Amino acid sequence: METTNIFTESGILITITLIAIPIIVASILLVLKSYSIIRKQKYEKSKKDYNEYISSLSAKELEELEKRQAEIDFELTHQELEGNAEAVDKKGLLHNIKDVNELRFVEKKKKSQPRPNIEPGLTKLILWYLGCATFWLVFGTTVGEYLGIKFAAPDIDHLSWLSFGRLRPVHTNSVFWGWGSLGMLGLSYYVIPRVSNVPIFNLKTGYHSLILINAAVILGSISLMAGINNGGGEYREYIWPIMALFGAGVFISLINFLKTIAKRKTREIYVSNWYIISAIMFLLVIAIVAYWPTWQNGLGETIIQGYYMHQGVGMWFMLFSLGLMYYFLPQQLNKPIYSYSLGILAFWAQILFYTLIGTHHFIFSAIPWWLQTVAIVGSMGMVIPVVAGTTNFLMTFNGSWHKISGSYTLPFYLIGIIFYFTGSLQGTAEAFRFTNLVWHFTDFTVAHSHLTMYGIITFMLWGFIYTLVPRLTGKEPPQITVGAHFWLALIGLLFYTVPLMYGSTLRGLMWMDGKPFIDSVELMEPYWLWRAIGGSLMWFSHLLFAYNFYIMVSKNKSESLLLEPKDIIAMNKKSSLTANI
Amino acid sequence: MEFFDNHKKLFGSALQLFIVLTVFVAILPALNNQENNAPLPNAKPLNEDEVAGKNVYISQGCVACHTQQVRNVDMDKVWGSRPGIAADYANMERTDLWRNTATLMGTERTGPDLTNIGIRQPSKEWNLLHLYQPRAVVGKSVMPAYPWLFETKKELQEGDVEIIVPDEFRKNVSGKIVATKEALQLVAYLQSLKQVELPTGKPAPEFLYKKTSSENPKEKGQLLELDGESLYAQNCQSCHQANGEGLKGAFPALKGSPIVLGDDIELFVSIIMLGYDARPEFATMNGVGVDNNLSPEEVTAIINHERSSWGNNAKEVSLEEVKNILNLLEITAKK
Repeated sequence: METTNIFTESGILITITLIAIPIIVASILLVLKSYSIIRKQKYEKSKKDYNEYISSLSAKELEELEKRQAEIDFELTHQELEGNAEAVDKKGLLHNIKDVNELRFVEKKKKSQPRPNIEPGLTKLILWYLGCATFWLVFGTTVGEYLGIKFAAPDIDHLSWLSFGRLRPVHTNSVFWGWGSLGMLGLSYYVIPRVSNVPIFNLKTGYHSLILINAAVILGSISLMAGINNGGGEYREYIWPIMALFGAGVFISLINFLKTIAKRKTREIYVSNWYIISAIMFLLVIAIVAYWPTWQNGLGETIIQGYYMHQGVGMWFMLFSLGLMYYFLPQQLNKPIYSYSLGILAFWAQILFYTLIGTHHFIFSAIPWWLQTVAIVGSMGMVIPVVAGTTNFLMTFNGSWHKISGSYTLPFYLIGIIFYFTGSLQGTAEAFRFTNLVWHFTDFTVAHSHLTMYGIITFMLWGFIYTLVPRLTGKEPPQITVGAHFWLALIGLLFYTVPLMYGSTLRGLMWMDGKPFIDSVELMEPYWLWRAIGGSLMWFSHLLFAYNFYIMVSKNKSESLLLEPKDIIAMNKKSSLTANI
Repeated sequence: MEFFDNHKKLFGSALQLFIVLTVFVAILPALNNQENNAPLPNAKPLNEDEVAGKNVYISQGCVACHTQQVRNVDMDKVWGSRPGIAADYANMERTDLWRNTATLMGTERTGPDLTNIGIRQPSKEWNLLHLYQPRAVVGKSVMPAYPWLFETKKELQEGDVEIIVPDEFRKNVSGKIVATKEALQLVAYLQSLKQVELPTGKPAPEFLYKKTSSENPKEKGQLLELDGESLYAQNCQSCHQANGEGLKGAFPALKGSPIVLGDDIELFVSIIMLGYDARPEFATMNGVGVDNNLSPEEVTAIINHERSSWGNNAKEVSLEEVKNILNLLEITAKK
């Protein structure tokens, strides 16, 4: 295979196209801008001609103009219609009157709507879930940040508990099972009862589940750092007794959810619940298959590993987040989902194709060739659910684009959806046999998993959390720190992934050329440095997120400003009551 | 539709579909592979030390950066003489009840593949020093150092294996640096990693995506001749270093070396092909040439690179000369 014409390979072309989409949008903007500059210059010239003409007007023409000017100068008194009476809004029709007298450094975004009829008990449970998730996000990405630094400074420490091989799974597992899973479960404790129109079946079970999952991540992180692991399969590094705690936690929540849905007051089951319940059921199947402690000798381990890691990502995180999106997106835009049927099509197509693609992580390895081919075909089939899902979300957005600039939550949704499209299709392109030659075993995979797990799942979760928590607590985060969180995370992600993908492509080509391995390590140095820089921005954005979360849930009330008339009246009544006593 | 409104039917059928697919793409292939598979006849099971070493390898998380699989693609030829097959992994079983089978195939090659490291770099001294501080032998390496697999002692006791660490890497260390049992076991495991030869007469699977270069073989030979520096980097540099100065107390310098500069090309070629252990102050050298299947062209290119670099200035050796010596040594260069 000639390495010089990699640009004839479809996998490479698809990836370049996907990366090109944002660049093309920027180029179109650039063209429009330059066109308007040219037009402006033409206009300047015609203005000059006009000025020459009017400097030589005749006396009669001037007289006409003076007459016209007098007509134009006529003015009303400005009180012809309103009279002199005071303005009154007797029916209370005017709300949200904008005050233009302040300096608007940060644009005022729409406030979240309070939802009064949520039980305080459930609110507390959900906040506990999201709080723990936030903790694991900060913990897991602090570890990740440190790992990124180790590429530039391998001798930064010499402690066995902090060595790269032990710490890497601590990072991946704590963001997976701690941040992502707890975040999704916490949000589903809101969504499932709401779309079923009944209270949650059992609140206590929710706490038990939370404790079990936290215990699994704590014990798992400690044991990994101590050097106790399952033998190397990615995301399967916790040993099974620890993962069993996680499984038990998820299982009791599943029963809780099923019992809630069973006594629902709506006739149909809203599509969110299809996705969420299936994600939970499938995770349990995946975990049991992968962790059953009496099998998987030899290559059986690798076949199951391929199945496990990809189903974990696609059936647990992706399916679950999509389910949440089917609830939160229509709700935020205040309109129904564009097509219920597309959602259902995407649901079944995802189950059918996604289950097949696990072994695409082991293409060209010793596992059966037919299984590799099935995985590649399944990866291509993934185009169907991805395109269906993206279309559905974007068509729901259609007509409401103006809402994005006025909302601090919707940008997170939009980025999540865009990465859902580009990240997932990039996965398809990576599964082709040729692209595997160039990119497999390089950091391209690392970049891809961050584009998806971070760009899709994490951005969506942030959007949902910023939507939900102010409704539960009535407290909103400062807009400026939400905005800073969004932009730091997005720019950080691009700094992290784009140089890494570029460097990895060069590295893969170098390997294909048979260059000495150590030269390819040297080649990666600057790209690893970029990764650490992007990672730092992402990490800093998580601190801002944690701060925002703290503001949204903190109880210590500062002196509150009473602006609503009813609050002021109530306060006055209260103080007059106490005065009477 | 009734089907969509009945949670039992809806979730039940989604679960069934998923389980059926799981059985067909994961469970059955995995079972089939584990049942209908036997290790190759020449395969040697790991001994006690090597098993312990494998456990060290697992617990340090080496798999995060090192693969152990040779894919059936041409670019993987550097990692083994044939593509990996299912039988290579057949004798691996669950580590214990608590921990899963460790095939250690890996998904990242931040560092090199280790399938065949026992042949490519069998030197115990090199491996120990490399574990203690990778940058002492490979300057550009980003591998973590594993000082906790070593201890410092004032006096050597019987059976202790001391490693000689260059001064710049032994700051704040007084005394002798001695390998622990775990380090020795880990090295024993690394030394055991060798591709098993297929039974005679059984054709190995082919490497795919070969370089279909337009150049004819003659030109290719010339190209390789020009590649001495890169061949040196691949085969020799990790011990003798990029500056040709070696490492004191471990690997001899090639800069100014009488063997490299001398006229006894026969000795020179035989050291490259078969290894050398004549000087007690240095580590034993393995037969790099035979182990890595170096062709006469490649050996010539390496010799000429060494004779003309780092201030070395000896006369060029011809391909014919090397071929004659190789015939004399009765080494059939396979390439």
